[in-house]
Amino acid sequence: MKIRRSIKDTRGESALFRRRALAGFVLILLGLCLLVSRYMLLQVTRYDEFATRSTNNSVKPRVIPPARGLIYDRNGVLLADNVPAFRLEVVPDKINDMPALLTELGKVVPLGQDDLDAFKKQLQQSRRFDSVPLKMRLSEDEIDRFAVNRWRFPGVDVVPYLTRRYPLGALFAHVVGYVSRIDADDLARLDPKLYQGTSHVGRTGIERSYEDVLHGTPGYELDEVNADGRIQQVLETHPPVPGRNLYLSIDARIQKAAEAAFDDRLGAAVAIDPRNGQVLAMVSIPSFDPNLFVNGISQADYSALTNDPAKPLVNRAMKGVYPPGSTVKPLLALGGLEDGVRRPEDTVLSTGQFCLPGHARCYRDDERYGNGTVNMVRAIELSTNTYFYKLALDLGIDRLSAWMSRFSFGGKTGIDLVGESEGVLPSREWKAAHFKAGWFPGDTVISGIGQGFWAVTPLQLGHAVATLAGHGVPYQPRLVMATKAVAEAQPQPLANPATGPSLISKASNWDVINEGMRAVITGGTGKGLNDGFPYLIAGKSGTAERFSRTSEAYNTNKNSAYLAARHRAWFEAYTPTDDPQIAAAVVLESGAWGAQDAGPIVRKIFDAWVVFAKGGTPPVDAPLPKPPAAPGNEVVPDQAVPVEDVPADASSSDGATP
Amino acid sequence: MIETIQARLSRFLSRTLTRPRIDLPLAVGLFALATVGLVTLYSAGDESMALVTGQAGRFVLGGVLLLLISRIPPSTLRSWTPWLYAGSTALLVVVAVLGEGRGANRWLNLGVMRFQPSELLKLTMPMMVAWYLHPRQLPPSWKDMAVVGLLIAIPAGLIAKQPDLGTALLVTAAGAFALFLSGMAWWRIGLLIGGLGGMIPVGWHFLHQYQRDRVLTLLNPESDPLGNGWHIIQSQIAVGSGGMFGKGWQHSTQSRLDFLPEHTTDFIFAVFSEEFGLIGVIGIMLLYAFIIGRCLWIAMEARDTYSRLLAGAIGMSFFVYVFVNGGMVAGMLPVVGVPMPMISYGGTSAVSLLVGFGVLMSIHANRKMHE
Repeated sequence: MKIRRSIKDTRGESALFRRRALAGFVLILLGLCLLVSRYMLLQVTRYDEFATRSTNNSVKPRVIPPARGLIYDRNGVLLADNVPAFRLEVVPDKINDMPALLTELGKVVPLGQDDLDAFKKQLQQSRRFDSVPLKMRLSEDEIDRFAVNRWRFPGVDVVPYLTRRYPLGALFAHVVGYVSRIDADDLARLDPKLYQGTSHVGRTGIERSYEDVLHGTPGYELDEVNADGRIQQVLETHPPVPGRNLYLSIDARIQKAAEAAFDDRLGAAVAIDPRNGQVLAMVSIPSFDPNLFVNGISQADYSALTNDPAKPLVNRAMKGVYPPGSTVKPLLALGGLEDGVRRPEDTVLSTGQFCLPGHARCYRDDERYGNGTVNMVRAIELSTNTYFYKLALDLGIDRLSAWMSRFSFGGKTGIDLVGESEGVLPSREWKAAHFKAGWFPGDTVISGIGQGFWAVTPLQLGHAVATLAGHGVPYQPRLVMATKAVAEAQPQPLANPATGPSLISKASNWDVINEGMRAVITGGTGKGLNDGFPYLIAGKSGTAERFSRTSEAYNTNKNSAYLAARHRAWFEAYTPTDDPQIAAAVVLESGAWGAQDAGPIVRKIFDAWVVFAKGGTPPVDAPLPKPPAAPGNEVVPDQAVPVEDVPADASSSDGATP
Repeated sequence: MIETIQARLSRFLSRTLTRPRIDLPLAVGLFALATVGLVTLYSAGDESMALVTGQAGRFVLGGVLLLLISRIPPSTLRSWTPWLYAGSTALLVVVAVLGEGRGANRWLNLGVMRFQPSELLKLTMPMMVAWYLHPRQLPPSWKDMAVVGLLIAIPAGLIAKQPDLGTALLVTAAGAFALFLSGMAWWRIGLLIGGLGGMIPVGWHFLHQYQRDRVLTLLNPESDPLGNGWHIIQSQIAVGSGGMFGKGWQHSTQSRLDFLPEHTTDFIFAVFSEEFGLIGVIGIMLLYAFIIGRCLWIAMEARDTYSRLLAGAIGMSFFVYVFVNGGMVAGMLPVVGVPMPMISYGGTSAVSLLVGFGVLMSIHANRKMHE
């Protein structure tokens, strides 16, 4: 044994090693077989499963949001544009610790509280694997700094997108409106298929009411992506269908002139083509910069706008309601003719006050001793209250409101904007719904002069005067006159047929009213308004009072906010009288008297219309040109005219040139 | 004196090149493997030629070292063994004190290159065990086994502490295979494995949290599809979607395009499996089996105990690479940093492997003559 220990048995050891090596090799082969069987399990037995997962894994569909349609004025002036920008997006699914990420990310790209609030709100509403925008409109500097640190933030990326820009800013803020980031309410109502990848939605104005036209249809691409979700290669692209471009019937130059005419006084103006309902200008003063809202308005800016007593965010043209005052008189006169309760030659004696038979209450005329004996034309010219007190009584409130409702008072005009106010058309039903008291004859009396319960929007009055000017043929007011897909060569006009037959049964009835409103310009409150203007203008002023002159109305209103209000100056007009092509209504909230203060604004709108729509050199003596045939043919999209070039006050002097 | 050294060196080098002492079947096997490795790397590395030439350069360096070492007789290697072992273990201590690396202290910066001293142990460990057992009566006694256990445990413990479980496993395996080949009785092997199995709960206690997570994730990768489970799931998808015949070279959608982390290094075999399918996997397994078999054949023909044990241990530890990496890629074993030999991108691994095969070539050249 000792010998065996000291001297190695080399031969035996070699044999032992041989057995061991063989045993080891067999074990190794078994191990390799085990390994291969595992691969067989994955590659043969479970092949279908993994092949599917592989395909789903490396190829990811990515939505390409459509480019939003652009908005132009009738001459192709750009009102809403898309400009490329970059935003920071986060895929929540890839973030383990969101607060930590936001803290770290904030050190690289400054994140405002507004950004964080909006992000957190949207985070709760979106799916884990959908990317959520964190910060819009990154600056170059922010993009660079993030690019350097990108590796630290898997699941965060800088994404190019198109952001909305409104080149004319406040001028069209109320008409075009603005887009803003999609919020919870939007998510609930919008079709997720169409809005995947879209961050903004039309919030107000045209942007809102034509959202479905402007938005377009998203496309998608199949991307080969890596584990970080970064795109390696685009395999297939299904391009999105961009939204349609819109052409407003508004002429930006007329719009500009209208805005300038207000000279920062609070009010609103609406100009409509009576032949087709196309809106030619629509302004609300003051306005605001819609660009502030696109990428999330700061709290400071927003409270500045909402706390402003002038309420710049309110579109007074369709949301502001004012007593119409005397502006309803021509319409009421027409109703008297149509309903047969008045003939044009019927006269009324105006003595300075009108007393209801059997009642002690009396209602006053403007002139202390009245206008004497007036027929219909004269009553319109002089705005004789007594004439219309009596007319209202003779019609009765039911016929009065039935007639007036045909001009959309007390209802929606149907303009292609969301949110117009209906105002108040006095009626038994309306009073019964809002007051405990029943209808009194006195209510009818003051309704005849546009006072009492009456409340109308500038749009309603503009629509009414346009309907009147258009010989009673009613059209819904339209802002968008044509749309055009990117692929289309020509804009497609939007049809806007008359909503019904003419409200006027006899042409002579219209002539009487026209004569009356013409007389307002030649000898009435609007005297001088036609001076130097190439066409004949017909119009009517209105000065709504802060309280009614009846003691009864005064007593009911003296403690209300109504008293605090100032005079509302109105002017409504149309031109040319022989073939009306533009009708306008203007309200000035702080105007002293309708004709003196609102009248010139109407005139300036008409001046701009003459210069820009009628070719600039007003043909005073020449026969009037034929009106353009189809609205769509008037669109010249490529011929962009910068609005800044419009000489705001020069236009009136141009118009005054004989 | 200097002239003699110079003369001997030049003669050594010229002989190395003119009359290389290599085993042709093993060399062909390794060459085939290196070729597969480079082809796969080209695809896995997104057609990066720089990656491929870099790796090819390392193969060349490793090949030169292989040829040089093949000229060194096993007896000389044996005489150096204690110093090599002590030196490499000392380097581990140095690394433990002032090493650098990605969250793990395993790299040593030599200025021109960084390397992992733990790589050295992959070779010096079986050398040391073989050196220790060489003069001893085999099968080894309890005492010898205890000494060998200590020789393995010290460096393996240092490596595991880095923490680099993969290399610690390989180093331990290399030493253990030498012990196994020395004829250690089966019942003792059974006892040892049973004992080690019993140690698992204790070992679990010493694991880092991320290492535990890797093991736990292996059991249920779906529980964390974007964290630890990501590797496992993505790798399995890559392998599985390769199917029987694979997607074809350069057509690995899954692993090539960064779905898979470490797709040129630890997970490169997933790319291979995806592109070449089960047929490719079987083919490369046969190639590995051939190389391991050839190593064991060389070991059996070796002249002395040291050579036998060393050659056998090197060959068998080659299997551990394949099994651990292949098992990891297929979601059968937890994620540990063990490369697929000759295929995974990485300098130290390729060079140290070829150095090991250089030792085998030397052993083959000095095999015992058949009577």
